Amino acid sequence: MKRLIWIAAGVAGASLILSAQNPDIAGIITKDAGRPFIAIPDLKGSGDAQSFMGAFNQTLWDDVSGAGTYRMAPKTMYPLNVPQQPSDFAQTPTTAESYRGRNLSDWSGPPVNANYLAFGYTAVQNGVLVLYGWLYDLSRGTTANAQVVGKRYLGSVDEAGARKVAHEFAADIIAVFGGQSLFGTHIYFVSDRTAHKEIWVMDPDGKNQKQVTHFNSVSIEPAVSPDGARIAFTSYYHTNPAIFVFSVDPVRDLRFYNQRASVNSSPSFTPDGKQIIYSSSAPNDRCCRIFIANLDGTGWRPLTSMGSLDTEPKVNPKTGREMVFSSGRSGPEQIYKMNIDGGDMERLSDGTGEAANASWHPDGQKIAYAWTRGYATGAWNIFIMDVASRSYIQLTHGEGKNEHPTWAPDGKHLVFASTRGGRPQIYTMLADGTQVQQLTTAGHNERPVWGK
Amino acid sequence: MFSKRKITVIGMALALAMFAAGCKKKAPPPPPPPPPQPVETPKPAPAPRAPTVSQFTAEPSTIQRGQSSTLRWEIAGDTTSVSIDQSIGTVQNTGNRRVFPNDSTTYTLTATGPGGRITASATVTVMSPPPPPPPPPPAVTVTLPTRLERDVQDAFFDYDKSDIREDARAVLTRDAAALKSILSDFPNATLMVEGHCDERGSAEYNIGLGDRRSSSAKDFLVQLGVPGDRLKTISYGKDQPQCTESNESCWQRNRRVHFSPGQ
Repeated sequence: MKRLIWIAAGVAGASLILSAQNPDIAGIITKDAGRPFIAIPDLKGSGDAQSFMGAFNQTLWDDVSGAGTYRMAPKTMYPLNVPQQPSDFAQTPTTAESYRGRNLSDWSGPPVNANYLAFGYTAVQNGVLVLYGWLYDLSRGTTANAQVVGKRYLGSVDEAGARKVAHEFAADIIAVFGGQSLFGTHIYFVSDRTAHKEIWVMDPDGKNQKQVTHFNSVSIEPAVSPDGARIAFTSYYHTNPAIFVFSVDPVRDLRFYNQRASVNSSPSFTPDGKQIIYSSSAPNDRCCRIFIANLDGTGWRPLTSMGSLDTEPKVNPKTGREMVFSSGRSGPEQIYKMNIDGGDMERLSDGTGEAANASWHPDGQKIAYAWTRGYATGAWNIFIMDVASRSYIQLTHGEGKNEHPTWAPDGKHLVFASTRGGRPQIYTMLADGTQVQQLTTAGHNERPVWGK
Repeated sequence: MFSKRKITVIGMALALAMFAAGCKKKAPPPPPPPPPQPVETPKPAPAPRAPTVSQFTAEPSTIQRGQSSTLRWEIAGDTTSVSIDQSIGTVQNTGNRRVFPNDSTTYTLTATGPGGRITASATVTVMSPPPPPPPPPPAVTVTLPTRLERDVQDAFFDYDKSDIREDARAVLTRDAAALKSILSDFPNATLMVEGHCDERGSAEYNIGLGDRRSSSAKDFLVQLGVPGDRLKTISYGKDQPQCTESNESCWQRNRRVHFSPGQ
């Protein structure tokens, strides 16, 4: 059931072989055939609450459909009599046309053919927006047994409150199948919409886009600490590229000490959040080796040797003992892995094209990365590789340049930058390449990173 | 009738004065006895005449500071004293004097005689000397950015390479001469050796690649005698392209080392 098609390199002639891989290596996203259908008819609000239901219904639908847990039963098939609370269901099955929608079978049978039904309503009570939300498992036959979720959610009486209760209801619906809601996580990215490249942050659905830095310089390469409380990035604010570490709330410069060098760049956090790993041309301005240092930049030491161009180090979030990075040590840029203590260097990408932007899956076993394999130089696509077996799948296929994939905390979604619409913008997708959502439109937006 | 009489009086006074002057000046042969004058009416002695200033000039009247002007004066009539202020003091009735005033000065001549006193003034206007001639213009009047733009060319690189190509070698050799000249004309300036890349390589890798390009160019220039402590390397990777088209012509333009004023 959890079959996923992996593409592995052909032996001699670079011919591609389609092969089914061991599911416990490959299965990130359950294939369509394995996902239940859910019907989510538009909910209504009583009185003042109705004015926010457009935003509510859109958010609920997007969250559930984007989660990769369910298949969405199309709304056009729904009956007209939508139940708003459990008591709306007919006590005894009825075939009267005016009751269509009031039987469980009206949703589980054709043409809807759903396995689950989410329903409910909102109202304003005592100045609070209240959502009453239910999820029914239609296979259980009777309304008495069908309830899987039945909860009350509270929000402010405005659009933000409506989105909040929708996110929370969606999180509970997704959690039924072990899914993790991304509501409350953040995507940091680089935008030039103010005419300067600055670090920005937004919600995973593209809402609440906020500017974080105001350097009026070139500020790039954001990374998020494991707890989401800090970011690290590179900025040309002091002329040469240098690393900054900021707290997020409130936004504050935590003063990272940079080695004197022409380049200090590409920072990321270690899994314990206590160190920064980065790329630097210290001490002789010969770019660049991988260094590790404390959060304030002190105690630095090199991890790779001189002579190659090493950058984008990322420590395995599960083990904390190995890292992937990109390097030009054997020619064109490729992805390598080594132990933090210096041993066991190996190349992960097969040497074809150029490979970069490795990002660990939260399980520490897979990476997402950008690769030009099979395309022209500079034509990047998103791939996922199982590190142990080095088998990989390709998620984008030449729709513009697709770079900088990073995993969502749920391990099922990726955020990435793509030029598929012309200018580079930020998109999310499921880790099987489906459910692509564009999150940004203003200016050029790139280098996204997904954090808590 | 009144005027006729006045003329008569003045005429007689003149005659008397001339007679008196004559007596004073000429050596005294004994005067002939006065002819008996037909005295019709005894006349009162004529009032002594006040001296007059025939001339009081400063020539030239306008001088540069440090130059001189000559005062000339001539007094007619009886005088008991003639003097000029501004520390010149008593002078003869006729004379001249060079003066060296530092600032514009008005000289007042005062002549006193039995007939009264008269003053006249002459002014010497002193101009400041013109400013010293400006120092010879500096060898360059153009700004540093203009010099860099005019005299120094970008050096270009191959894709994913930072070694100096043959054409870049020629360019950088010319640049070395220009840079030495510029650095000597702008003794306080430092210059940035900027490394840039085309859009194809990964953003992070290109920061490193651009750094290597700027380092190779700097090394080459230092070998040719350009002072290394005045060249700073910086890489912009692919974040500051000078064109954005996706073709080889634009990619080549962006794979470069460029020189800019230090910050």
